[in-house]
Amino acid sequence: MAALSVFDKALEPVYHQEREVKYGLVDWLTTVDHKKIGVLYGVAGLFYLLVGGLEALLFRIQIAKPDQNIFVGDTFNGLVTMHATTMVFMAVMPLIAAFSNYFVPLMIGARDVAFPRMNAFSWWTFCFGSILLNSSLIFAEFPAAGWTGYAPLTTKAMSPSAGIDFWWAGLTMLAISSMVAGVNFVVTILNMRAPGMTLMRVPVLVWMMMVIQFLLAFSFPPVAVGLILLSFDRTFGTVFYEYTMGGDPHLWQHLFWVFGHPEVYVLILPSMGIVSEILPVFARRPLFGQHAVIFSGIFIGFVGFGVWGHHMFTAGMGPIADAVFASTTAIIAIPTGVKIFNWLGTLWGAKMTYPTPMIFALSFIPLFTIGGLSGIMHANAPLDLQQHDSYFVVAHFHYVLVGGALMGLFAGFYFYMPKVTGKLMNEALGKVHFWLFAIGLNLTFWPMHDLGNRGMPRRIYTYPADAGWNFDNLLATSGVFLMAAGTLVFVYNILTSLKNGKAAGRDPWDACTLEWLADSPPKAHNFDFTPIVFSERPLWDHKHTADMAIPVPAAAEEIHMPSYSWKPMWVSGGIVLILVGLLLLHTIPFSWLISVAGGLSIIGSLYAWVTEPV
Amino acid sequence: MSAQLAATDPHEVADAAGHDHGDHGHHAVVENNFMGLPNIKLAMWAFLGSECMFFGSLIGTYFFYHGKALAGPLPQDVFSIGITSISTFLLLMSSLTMALAVDAMKQRNPATARNFLVITALLGATFVGFQVYEFSHFVHLGLKLSTSLFGSTFYVMTGFHGGHVTVGVIWLSMLALLIHKGKLNPAKLPINVEVAGLYWHFVDIVWIVIFTFVYLLEFIQ
Ligand SMILES: [Cu+2]
Repeated sequence: MAALSVFDKALEPVYHQEREVKYGLVDWLTTVDHKKIGVLYGVAGLFYLLVGGLEALLFRIQIAKPDQNIFVGDTFNGLVTMHATTMVFMAVMPLIAAFSNYFVPLMIGARDVAFPRMNAFSWWTFCFGSILLNSSLIFAEFPAAGWTGYAPLTTKAMSPSAGIDFWWAGLTMLAISSMVAGVNFVVTILNMRAPGMTLMRVPVLVWMMMVIQFLLAFSFPPVAVGLILLSFDRTFGTVFYEYTMGGDPHLWQHLFWVFGHPEVYVLILPSMGIVSEILPVFARRPLFGQHAVIFSGIFIGFVGFGVWGHHMFTAGMGPIADAVFASTTAIIAIPTGVKIFNWLGTLWGAKMTYPTPMIFALSFIPLFTIGGLSGIMHANAPLDLQQHDSYFVVAHFHYVLVGGALMGLFAGFYFYMPKVTGKLMNEALGKVHFWLFAIGLNLTFWPMHDLGNRGMPRRIYTYPADAGWNFDNLLATSGVFLMAAGTLVFVYNILTSLKNGKAAGRDPWDACTLEWLADSPPKAHNFDFTPIVFSERPLWDHKHTADMAIPVPAAAEEIHMPSYSWKPMWVSGGIVLILVGLLLLHTIPFSWLISVAGGLSIIGSLYAWVTEPV
Repeated sequence: MSAQLAATDPHEVADAAGHDHGDHGHHAVVENNFMGLPNIKLAMWAFLGSECMFFGSLIGTYFFYHGKALAGPLPQDVFSIGITSISTFLLLMSSLTMALAVDAMKQRNPATARNFLVITALLGATFVGFQVYEFSHFVHLGLKLSTSLFGSTFYVMTGFHGGHVTVGVIWLSMLALLIHKGKLNPAKLPINVEVAGLYWHFVDIVWIVIFTFVYLLEFIQ
């Protein structure tokens, strides 16, 4: 048994660092610190969350009532396409990256990720890719073929607008960013753990992060190939998706969904991890069946690669393929159920407290379960034939992604922000945010089940007044306003708590894991000394168990800190040049020279990268 | 304290700490290294797993469309197994010289390693040269990117493989140059050459798969 104050007495380590940054802006442009990169991802993710939300608000206004003419045709389709593309790739994924960047090294007791400059490269590639994708609005118009981009709908003949070109170019950069980050974090978690932290002592959130990094590294290549083939069709005249030349519409669907289904788990597993960290802290007891929760997450990761065909039951794959994919999809309900019952087991009979992160984490369980249950319905191929492309499906994945993924991330924000800013967030505003958002999301997405059952298809921009869909649509749109209001309260809460929040201290929630050992906010080197881990709850045992106090060494450690670097941004910039050259190929003569310049600048930057002292 | 690893091999210390230290890796404390593989090697294995999915998708697409071309020329009209066998043999030999480079570096013999890297890069460049000749010959026979599903799938699949060989040639040349100029931390040279070798062998294996299933099977039929 030992108090946390023993950590205050630890000596500052002795630094070895090549160069130091002088100016604030240069620091943010060249940083290789996982915490700063995490903050960058977080700011970008919140920004795009507002953008994607605004897009949803606009097209929901169009279909709030029948026979409206505010956003019609491809304007509506563009808003729908960009809403989904933004929310999946530019809001939820960077928010997850924010948590994995900031907290994975802290939770495993490391000073940084395995490859700090590669991490910065992932960030800049994401940043430039998301700008490139959204710049379609300035230079052309929004892509309007749906976030799933089904070829041949996206071929030049069907979608002549350059919006699709910005879409494939931007998504290609986001894919590169994710694959590189995946490799980086797999190595970080496997190799950089503090002494004593065996794999079974790794926190559940870190485990879920490791599973999704494998999913990122292995599921993005197929969709990258799909996007490359699309770009060749549109730019160099290949015929992969040309049905007049024998091209098969199944090809894109396979390549997209081999990625698309694991991507669902990329979006949801981190929130499951966050909930698994938060529930034990406020229920004052260990997570029930921690190993079962970890292994079910790993199982979900593996089986997630074998279920993609459930998106294609209506595409005519044949009865055998349909039966196989229906079975594998139903099997995934088992590990998911294991997690849900373990959370319930954790809460059973516990004396809980209810601060904002706990409320969000508690709401995750029923909201995600609603989405999970409608998901099992879709595993049933004959039933899916009825529900396919209806609002029932929209209701399903929004319960999973908003009620599940986003509520989990909100819980994470309230739980972890004190560590990032050193200030507690406002509890009253947090609860206002919760109730506005929770009521709003149910008001929006619950009626969509009914709309789907009444036959309303997805992605239609208007409907007749006598279709019987008026009331449900009005409810759905009014719910969006509540969610928007809740999100604004949330952003306001973050901004004001930066200034006025109460000081959080090292360990505001009396928690269990290593990130709470660091200062709030943590120093650049995270920990003054390398913590040694004796159990899966090192900080809890430090506080409560005799003989398990984390030893504070008497001597100062010597550490090497990586220096700032411009090279990651240069390499990302080279990729932008290559893509811009391809985008302009048929517009400006000799624009292929831009691509060549991009390739050469990548080679030069990489040479500078490997030779610069860090 | 167990964080102070008693490292037997200097390059392992540098890699266990997980950063590129240049010439300045004189620190006492390093993070523990649980998996028994240096960071950079583990990263290369993970990356190659990712690459398997990439080439799996490309080769899968080729076979998804195999025999579905609506217009000629068809594979049997253009493939010339003799020439491709020669280029395949050269690429296989480059894997041998790559292995010799890795071995020379393990024996702390940078000059020999540099020479084998240059030979490997030259063999790889020759392979790419054969591919350029093959492509122009096929175009001459009337097979273009836009001719048919065969043209599209064949050129893009083998083209991306050739692109990977080209990246490898640039990588190995850069590595040889850096060794020649002595710009890399000598302690880290063996692992750097070994990781480049992993990539090179992988690209070679992908070609064996393509050569066997795309060229040879066509030839047997
Ligand atoms: Cu799915």
